[in-house]
Amino acid sequence: MPQPDVLAPPAAEASATAPAAPPVPRRRGARRLVVVFGALAAVTISSVALFLTWGIDGHWDYALPRRLEQLVALTVVGVAVAVSTVVFQTLTENRILTPAIMGFDALYVLLATTLVFVLGAPRVAELPGLLMFGVNTALLVTVATLGYRWVLGDSSRGLYTLVLVGVIASTLFGSLTSFMFRVMDPNEFDTLMTVLFASFNVIDTTALRVAAALLVVGIVAAIRMVPTLDVLTLGRDAAIGLGVEYRATVTRLLIVVAGLVAGSTALVGPIVFLGLLVANLAYQLTRSQRHAVTMPAAALIAVSALILGQAVLQHVLHFNATLGSIINLVGGVYFVGLLVTESRS
Amino acid sequence: MITIDSLIKTYNTTRVVDRVSLSLPGTGVTSIIGPNGAGKSTLLSLVSRVLGPDAGTVIADGIDLFTAPGRDVAKTLSVLRQEHHTQARISVRELVEFGRFPYSRGRLTEACRASVSEAIAYCNLEPLEHRSIHELSGGQRQRAHIAMVLAQDTRYVLLDEPLNNLDMVHATGLMRLLRRLADDRDKSIVTVLHDVNYASAYSDRIIAMRDGAVVRDGTPHEVITSELLEAVYDMPFSVHEIDGDRIAAYYR
Repeated sequence: MPQPDVLAPPAAEASATAPAAPPVPRRRGARRLVVVFGALAAVTISSVALFLTWGIDGHWDYALPRRLEQLVALTVVGVAVAVSTVVFQTLTENRILTPAIMGFDALYVLLATTLVFVLGAPRVAELPGLLMFGVNTALLVTVATLGYRWVLGDSSRGLYTLVLVGVIASTLFGSLTSFMFRVMDPNEFDTLMTVLFASFNVIDTTALRVAAALLVVGIVAAIRMVPTLDVLTLGRDAAIGLGVEYRATVTRLLIVVAGLVAGSTALVGPIVFLGLLVANLAYQLTRSQRHAVTMPAAALIAVSALILGQAVLQHVLHFNATLGSIINLVGGVYFVGLLVTESRS
Repeated sequence: MITIDSLIKTYNTTRVVDRVSLSLPGTGVTSIIGPNGAGKSTLLSLVSRVLGPDAGTVIADGIDLFTAPGRDVAKTLSVLRQEHHTQARISVRELVEFGRFPYSRGRLTEACRASVSEAIAYCNLEPLEHRSIHELSGGQRQRAHIAMVLAQDTRYVLLDEPLNNLDMVHATGLMRLLRRLADDRDKSIVTVLHDVNYASAYSDRIIAMRDGAVVRDGTPHEVITSELLEAVYDMPFSVHEIDGDRIAAYYR
């Protein structure tokens, strides 16, 4: 068929590129990353030093091993929260939802409470703590993966529908939990508290080790999927076009997220806004969407925040608050700010 | 060749794609035209695996698209979707590099880098290479996505209404680029178009759809006739021959 000058360079192309500004050198972005990671590393190292040495008064052999143990736990939790949030946000293609906001943590607490409620305190007390943790984690991974795959499966739902679903789900899970707390026998409640949280102030070493192992497995799994995660930032359709097995990938990633949430909730309890805070700070500081950049940045911020928070809790507030409440105060304000700016744009 | 065999997609009770059987050639430009709701985009979504079909098969060069590993399919067939609401803040080059994902799984080889540079050059994007895609104009962004598809280096390239939101300068530029791809690179370009005249001027073959079924499948001279267009769109057309192309007037 007649085809005038198809091979000639199209005039439209030339005119479209003409007003282009001189190309932004790639180095500027790279230098930014060096500065950001340098600063984050410095902050992390100084908070570690502060945490280990603050008010130690020469009681090194007593305090140091305990503090080191706490430090390991805080580090693992920080990395887990950061990684699970970044992964979840890539999966849902937004920067406001986090596993915690969507009710993953609340679901974990609800499942644990239900287990104690159904089985009864004596039987739970006989069970090894690890078994309880394992059963809980397995339950969370199954329920969260199935439930949220269903919720997230329909791409026609907008961001605000998902926020609403999340708020309703976490409130529902929270209310059911507190209902069970109320009707529970005080002994059962006591058992529950010990099973539920190996709190940071009184660390249960075995629980710490198991949860840490779980978290390390989850983190490694997430790291192995970094290239696929990068492709997912293009959106579902583009990812499918590039050969990502979307359903299988989403399922795998949700399992990783649920596992990370279970491990970190078991260690410190729900800290709703930590993930949101660190993930968004990481995006803002690095201005990158590559997971090889955002995940470590978010992890460094999370670890520093947890360590500093715990130091302030111990030495300034003298345990008159919880780590979660300190971080939620900062993170909650940030969340409101994000919602406001997002609704304006 | 892509062989589509009795493909069916139903939403609630409406059959959007109703037992469509087609074969798409291994080279050239093929346009799919038809009114809104004719099932064009749905058909393309099914072939690009973004939607799951209710029944039917699609085989591209011996690969069953619905059962083969995604990676193999992505080396045979690439897709440019209607709305690429990529909020990703990445540079043009980074976007084009994603086109190599089916081959590299994120680890770019030297050959990958070369083919990325080549795709960028082919689409005249070199001056914009390091700009962030959200800073680009609609036409430039469209070309950046074409470059990504080019880097993916597949025989078949599917495009869903690529001219949407483009002015005539950029629309014509894009259609020439697609024509060049088919002619120089021996690719098969399959595109959904709303503008029957672009379809007429640039296609080797036009598929007219209505109510989820193929009404006519042939060369522009066979398809762009007033009788057929009136039957497909339910409105009057007068078709003229201008410089060897069939041009339909339908503005009054």
